[in-house]
Amino acid sequence: MLGKLTIDALPFYSWVAMAGAGVTVFGGLIVVALITYLGAWRYLWTEWLTSVDHKKIGIMYIVLALVMLIRGFIDAIMMRAQQAFALNSDGYLPPEHFEQIFTSHGTIMVFFMAMPFLTGLFNIVAPQQIGARDVAFPFMNSISLWLTAAGAGLVLVSLVVGKFSTAGWTGYPPYSGIEFNPGVGVDYWLWALLVSGVGSTMTGINFVVTILKKRAPGMTLMRMPMFSWTTLVVSILIAFAFPALTVVAIQLGLDRYLGFHFFTNGDGGNMMNFANLLWIWGHPEVYILILPAFGVYSEVVATFSGKRLFGYDSLVYATGCIGILSFTVWLHHFFTMGSSANVNAFFGIATMIIAVPTGVKVFDWLFTMFRGRIVFHPSMYWTIGFIVTFVIGGVSGVLLALPPADYLMHNSTFLVAHFHNMLIPGALFGYLAGMNYWFPKAFGFKLDETWGIRAFWFWIIGFYLAFMPLYVLGFMGMVRRMEHYNVAEWQPYLMVAAVGAVFVLIGIACIAMQLYVSVRDRAQAVDATGDPWNGRTLEWATSSPPAPYNFAVIPQVEDIDAFADMKRRGVVGVHPDRYEDITMPKSTGAGVMLGAGGFVLGFAMIWHIWWLAALSLVGAVAILIYRASNDDDEFTIPATEVEAIENKRQFSTLKLPTDLPQPGTDPAAEQPMPGNI
Amino acid sequence: MAMAETTAVHDEPVAHLGGGEEFEEREFGFWLYLMTDAVIFALLFATYVVMSGNIASGPDAKSLFSLPHTAGETLLLLCSSITFGFATLASLAGQRGRVIQWLIVTIVLGAGFVAMEIIEFAGMISAGAGPGTSGFLSAFFTLVGTHGLHVSLGIVGIAVMTVQISMKGLTNPVRSRLYRLGLFWHFLDIVWIGIFSVVYLPGVM
Repeated sequence: MLGKLTIDALPFYSWVAMAGAGVTVFGGLIVVALITYLGAWRYLWTEWLTSVDHKKIGIMYIVLALVMLIRGFIDAIMMRAQQAFALNSDGYLPPEHFEQIFTSHGTIMVFFMAMPFLTGLFNIVAPQQIGARDVAFPFMNSISLWLTAAGAGLVLVSLVVGKFSTAGWTGYPPYSGIEFNPGVGVDYWLWALLVSGVGSTMTGINFVVTILKKRAPGMTLMRMPMFSWTTLVVSILIAFAFPALTVVAIQLGLDRYLGFHFFTNGDGGNMMNFANLLWIWGHPEVYILILPAFGVYSEVVATFSGKRLFGYDSLVYATGCIGILSFTVWLHHFFTMGSSANVNAFFGIATMIIAVPTGVKVFDWLFTMFRGRIVFHPSMYWTIGFIVTFVIGGVSGVLLALPPADYLMHNSTFLVAHFHNMLIPGALFGYLAGMNYWFPKAFGFKLDETWGIRAFWFWIIGFYLAFMPLYVLGFMGMVRRMEHYNVAEWQPYLMVAAVGAVFVLIGIACIAMQLYVSVRDRAQAVDATGDPWNGRTLEWATSSPPAPYNFAVIPQVEDIDAFADMKRRGVVGVHPDRYEDITMPKSTGAGVMLGAGGFVLGFAMIWHIWWLAALSLVGAVAILIYRASNDDDEFTIPATEVEAIENKRQFSTLKLPTDLPQPGTDPAAEQPMPGNI
Repeated sequence: MAMAETTAVHDEPVAHLGGGEEFEEREFGFWLYLMTDAVIFALLFATYVVMSGNIASGPDAKSLFSLPHTAGETLLLLCSSITFGFATLASLAGQRGRVIQWLIVTIVLGAGFVAMEIIEFAGMISAGAGPGTSGFLSAFFTLVGTHGLHVSLGIVGIAVMTVQISMKGLTNPVRSRLYRLGLFWHFLDIVWIGIFSVVYLPGVM
């Protein structure tokens, strides 16, 4: 009846595991109690959970990302604490528990922190930047969100019921096969990836169609803001890379559930197929995480320098090049696994070539700041911190791209330092910059800058303290994922790294404080006009928070910085002669129900509760068929209501600095370069 | 207002495939979905090619595959594509009854294909050549089975469309769905031709 699920699945075997389960359950209960106390269930259901409004879906994605950031960070600081003290001792974590923690840390940070964060930013920003009223498929957007949440839910539940995978976030067989890992851990990992991966694929399709089909009139591709460009390229990468993850997860699942021989040691299995398929998804995934942050930096740096983005065309082409090259380098993740020297050389060179378009971008951002009027907003702090730190990570990456050097450093803490050096500044700093930048757009008031800047300093100092020692330790021969060790020289470095983790902890506390203070003092930080930073792109033309339809009248675009151009032409806040009815999609509970179905399906499969799995699958298909036959999924906002909303709002009266390169001037002649001044 | 317009074009002959411009985004999105599915099949093909020699202690392709059986499957599936095409032509002419007739013929042919595949699979498994026998057979069952699963889902889709057409008539949303379902159905034909050429033909050579 309940498959493999028995009372033994509860974590009574270790006090650390029990504490983790306790915190998870307690946290969940507090949220439920708080919602009940506030009497907010109905509000939550009708206004948020069932909403298909891209802005609300975006906010929910980012809430999910922040919750999972905390969970993933707790894993990180536990590992740092263990390694700081585990010299010639067992520390406080048993090996199997330590393995679960590094597996869940990687899985959570990639799939359930970074992916929801960037998808949330896409949702809030991209449709507004291109002058659209919603994404192409609002209902599918809701399904994507809830499948992602279902995957995250499975990872969280694994803390309470059963154990998580011990096979690392990449889950290499044969260790992750049924022979060496008969428990439910790997299955939790597999189903979390499968369920959320389907959601991500749909997000990719959704945003490709949205950006290619729903741009405002006049917005040619080469007039599209950089963030929308990165959204487009990343969505293409998602649509073409995530199927590989689905295939490899299903193959490993067939090995585990039905005794297939894709990756087993004997009977004709071949684990190299796993490494190839996983990284055919996995390397594009790196750029899926990083390119959206590049898009954020491009917007932030232009806005807070008060001038137009330097080298817009080169940034577009660099983004496209990175997108294409990202599919040609996957083998550098396993140089040491037996490819011939020529194959390694090909992938090594391809890897180094990616540094070229990335370098182009760095120079474009620097030249945008050059002779600009820089405003030191927190998002600008994150941007500058990123540029400096990311270049260091890039250099260590080019070093690792040399196959002979990689033979020395692979699997060491040098590698761990390298990819954290790429993903923390290259992805997370960008998302946090984006959060600081677009928060007023989503909520109608600005985030507190003092706490934002404090958060930045603790994060960046913490980052250097935590990861620079790992570069050194890699050269000293320390391999990654060690539960304990007996080399006394390593310990001081690991202590410093642990102190770094504490700094990051304070940085996270500062972000929490920033949110709290901003909500408390929101009356003083209202964004009345929808344009708090003298913005340049169309999302600042809407009110903050925007009306459900974003734009009462779809704007006509004539330049790259469409809103800056509208300011120059003096057409901001001009009311049309008459408003028209606007058709918008209706809210629906089907997305939440499909997400719940995905969660139950995953849980039932993990615990071999076959009847429940079949039931949830049939239920999900029934909901889909019912929904697919529905022709009545839209409602109309009458013109009078649109007019009432528009008459109430204020419009931006800000002017662009006239002494800096702006739309309407010749960018080639006006962009200052060091040397020609 | 919108409802009245929808009813007006009800069962009328039209010149365009699909549901018209308002459904262009859905149709483009469906093409993208098909491309993601094509990536899945491409990787399953690649896996099969890499593993086709890994027969371990199990039987090889030559002793398992029967070309006449595969030819029968191919005939059924390709004919089902033609009959779906006839359904599409009937929909352009606004002949609701014809559309339903051709879709039912398509379902019968598709079900015949799935039945033949199940017979083939069952025969192999009972002969001790199941997917757990060797890497080669794991890859074979996964590739061919995934295609078979798609065909089965397509049959469910055609059945749902048949009901929709008989209940709602050939409205624009229904036409758009029929068009997208057709893309899916013809796509599966293309994949099958790949399976025929990469799996069965080299297998018996």
